[in-house]
Amino acid sequence: MSLPTLAPTAKRPGRDETPRPGRRPRRGARRSLVRSIPLLPAVVLLAIFLLGPVISSFYGSFTNASLSGSTAQNSNFVGLDNYSALFADPDFPKSVLLTLVFLIASAIVGQNVLGLGLALLMRTSNRLVRAIVGTFVVTAWVLPEIVAAFAAYAFFNDTGTLNAMLSAVGLEGPNWLYALPMLSVILANIWRGTAFSMLVYSAALQDVPTEITESAEVDGARGWQRLIFITVPMIRRSISTNLMLTTLQTLSVFTLIFVMTGGGPGTDSSTLPVLAYQEAFQFGQLGFGTAIATIMLLVGAAFSIAYIRALKPEVD
Amino acid sequence: MGMTSPSGRAMKTASNGVLLLVALAFALPLIWLLLASVDTRASLSIKLPDTFSLQNYIDVLTPETAFVPLLNSTFLAGGCAVITVIVAVLAAYPLSRYRMRVNKPFLYGVLFGSCLPITAMMVPVYALFVAFNLIDSLVGTMLFLAATSLPIAIYMTKNFMDSVPVSLEEAAWMDGASMLTTLTRIVIPLMRPGLAVVFIFVFIGAWGNFFVPFVLLLSPDKLPAAVSIFSFFGQYGTVAYGQLAAFSLLYSLPVITLYVFVSRVLGGSSAMAGAIKG
Repeated sequence: MSLPTLAPTAKRPGRDETPRPGRRPRRGARRSLVRSIPLLPAVVLLAIFLLGPVISSFYGSFTNASLSGSTAQNSNFVGLDNYSALFADPDFPKSVLLTLVFLIASAIVGQNVLGLGLALLMRTSNRLVRAIVGTFVVTAWVLPEIVAAFAAYAFFNDTGTLNAMLSAVGLEGPNWLYALPMLSVILANIWRGTAFSMLVYSAALQDVPTEITESAEVDGARGWQRLIFITVPMIRRSISTNLMLTTLQTLSVFTLIFVMTGGGPGTDSSTLPVLAYQEAFQFGQLGFGTAIATIMLLVGAAFSIAYIRALKPEVD
Repeated sequence: MGMTSPSGRAMKTASNGVLLLVALAFALPLIWLLLASVDTRASLSIKLPDTFSLQNYIDVLTPETAFVPLLNSTFLAGGCAVITVIVAVLAAYPLSRYRMRVNKPFLYGVLFGSCLPITAMMVPVYALFVAFNLIDSLVGTMLFLAATSLPIAIYMTKNFMDSVPVSLEEAAWMDGASMLTTLTRIVIPLMRPGLAVVFIFVFIGAWGNFFVPFVLLLSPDKLPAAVSIFSFFGQYGTVAYGQLAAFSLLYSLPVITLYVFVSRVLGGSSAMAGAIKG
């Protein structure tokens, strides 16, 4: 690294020596420049590998690039053709709908409600039970995604554990991955991701003073009343943060769906990440896939901005 | 908590019961993995093996099935974590110690970057890698993984560094120590546990990543375990579930160990979630 050059110039830095604009601007600017040199590797890495793809995603979505054939080498600018083709293609609106269903059912409702429920129940359960629940829920989350996807695939398979259990009690289960692909991947994603919400809410609930809920109990508030009128308002900051984060994480779920159903049957479980992959790599429509990627980036960016504004983290 | 009242005890029993049911539901897919891995005639549903056998493990522990992919995973994830931690420490130092005008926009940019759905980018990233002739390059893939984990790593590192008192450094600055000397001699030794958390966090993420190497790497001898497990499933998966489960568990073992290490040894069971929470 080229950092030694910095050694002789680094003056005694102090925390609050903010160079005032107007007074000695040249020295202040130079010092600022020297001090920001360590940021350089990060800036270079982020510019090439994060900003680069974002920019090329926007640009590529306006070209007819493909993986093979004549347009692979020299692609042409085609304007909004990819986007108009995208909205004309019945698969795209369907995929948007599937993504929304997946987001709402598995992240916003499933993971958050189950995570909060588990965190609440764990407060009134005994230690051993708490440890058992924590271990299994967190293991599903810590496992590498491909392994979790296989375990979920085996569980929901026609000859898998779920149907074996159903037949043990005399029921004949459907072929989940074909008959109910969305339900299967939604349940699998709840299984996979609830640990995160559980950990966030457990931490948040620890900060709720017990005096308040206890005094409400003395005043005759029932359990659900205490939950809705006292506990939930007190942890609303964690709830909004967690809703945003789980939404963003679920928006980029690919492996779970890809391994379990491959987006199928047909495109019945192709959420946007899976559809972008299929269009670009299976059908060779790079521009098409890039347009989907661009739309997802915009959606993700909108969510991130909303999240950052809501959280107003202490950036200083 | 006042758990001595009768209603309190009833509630405790009820919540214990509900929790055990949930735990069972969460455990079933994991128990299948365990049982199938020691059963040479494993099917897709849970069943006790007729004979307990480690044959599946012996079968997959060959150079081409397990060792080379696991070595590739180690190289990718280890390299990615080393690069990320070095770059993040360098970036965090001025962000934590000086008030500069670039701090705020930079940190907001970093926070924004940590939220972007990386999956959405894999198609344009592929196009970019083709243009730069980086497809099938382990180093290129490693750098991309490092760049994607960098935003959150910078954020975590800065938070850890903020909690290192600045007074010790001030003494060193008095003695004329340079920025690099202060950083390597004073700050880094003081924040070793924090750096371990960041390193392990990034390592677990890169180790488990399937989509990025799946798109960016082609040669079988370069594939990390995540991708080779997937191709193993495509080739033999329909017959050899036991071997698949055994390989999956071998591949999962390092990240589970590291997670337990972080949560038990480095303190705070929710260290990871807390880090993301900011």
